[in-house]
Amino acid sequence: MIRVVLPPHLRTLARVDGDVELDVNNRVTQRSILDELEARYPMLRGTMRDHVTQLRRPLVRFFACGEDLSHESPDAPLPEVIANGSEPFVIIGAIAGG
Amino acid sequence: MSNVRVLVGTRKGAFILTADGARKRWKVSGPHFAGWEIYHVKGSPADPNRIYASQTSGWFGQIIQRSDDGGKKWNTPGSSPEELKSPDGMPKGESNKFVYDGVPGTHQWYDGTQHPWEFKRVWHLEPSLDDPDHVYAGVEDAALFESNDGGKSWKELSGLRKHDTGPKWQPGAGGMCLHTILLDPQDRQRMYIAISAAGAFRTDDGGTTWKPINHGLHSQYIPDPNAEVGHCVHRIAMHPSRPATLFMQKHWDVMRSDDGGGSWREVSGNLPSDFGFPIDVHAHEPETIYVVPIKSDSEHYPPNSRLRVYRSRTGGNEWEALTKGLPQRNCYVNVLRDAMSVDSLEPCGVYFGTTGGQVYGSADGGDSWKPIVRDLPAVLSVEVQTLQ
Repeated sequence: MIRVVLPPHLRTLARVDGDVELDVNNRVTQRSILDELEARYPMLRGTMRDHVTQLRRPLVRFFACGEDLSHESPDAPLPEVIANGSEPFVIIGAIAGG
Repeated sequence: MSNVRVLVGTRKGAFILTADGARKRWKVSGPHFAGWEIYHVKGSPADPNRIYASQTSGWFGQIIQRSDDGGKKWNTPGSSPEELKSPDGMPKGESNKFVYDGVPGTHQWYDGTQHPWEFKRVWHLEPSLDDPDHVYAGVEDAALFESNDGGKSWKELSGLRKHDTGPKWQPGAGGMCLHTILLDPQDRQRMYIAISAAGAFRTDDGGTTWKPINHGLHSQYIPDPNAEVGHCVHRIAMHPSRPATLFMQKHWDVMRSDDGGGSWREVSGNLPSDFGFPIDVHAHEPETIYVVPIKSDSEHYPPNSRLRVYRSRTGGNEWEALTKGLPQRNCYVNVLRDAMSVDSLEPCGVYFGTTGGQVYGSADGGDSWKPIVRDLPAVLSVEVQTLQ
């Protein structure tokens, strides 16, 4: 079970409280987590990455284990602590805009 | 007894203001979509319980919201459990997917170079006159999209963006937005749109082909003041009984056309400033129009810090200041292009919202005004539904 922390605006949009728990059958990567998240909550499609290019939106960041993974390959395997749910995969809206 | 529902989009959410036909006691609900920019909220003329909203964010992009019960409950279109799976079993979630048709091409950038078309947000939603599931969306970077399934999916009417003049279109200060969509109630194949800063365009074949309708516009801030395109049109309004007569608030100048945009003439007359954003037409008097003069393009507040709606009962040229109930000193708010609307009661109600968060209403055609609410976030849009 993977734990995903959504930013408040996306929690509201997806109508979830607290962390989202996902089962990811494939290798646990940024892409496989986002694929599963969007499958469960289709209203989130296009809010974290572009519909067509699948590139991360510029002001969305992905964190895990205290590291900013936003510029890592979306297909790079994530740490075991993310895969086993002991640490969350964190999606945040960048602090920007004043 | 009739009721009125005022749909207000703000920088930090949507609000719905309701009153009975007397329009004296108002109930305010919201914020809906708290914290998000709500560029526009508009109800379907064919089904007033069907309302569409454009919810947007610099962080998370575009969202389309839809209500089927007059604004009590909202959903992203197509998000019910039975709608979530397409025939191949994959999730859809395409109500916010606005993808340009084909290769997007380029338009003129602020520095004169060419810049690729990039979708940013929906500025204006225009439900069709007779089908609640049919709705148009005017977007930034300027293009027109259409949905025939209640906002679940969108397709570009790309004949507009692919017009020969497209590479000459350029963004105004607010971006290159398609902000006005007018549907001709007497000819369903005809509609008008306006883009800042390209100008006005008309289609006579349901959106397949378009032609610029800017003859007579004069804009001193562009290299050729009389160019075919490049004019910063802020808003166009039409009375449904006279769809060939159009009123325009341009960056500077208030204009009028009586031939479907074929030619324009200035009707700024005695306005204290002919800069402004909104323009609207009285519900029952096709020659009565309203504007809100703003001091200048660099000082976006009313002349002499007095908030005044100006009304012409002669289709322009002769204007009277409407001041009763509006702040007449120390007022430095703006009224944005989509932030004025009218109801169809008798007498006609007029409403507008300000960047200071006030929504003012007049239940007597503009003779007197009262704030319905005073302290909302900056108001981006105001639309009114008259409910029987």
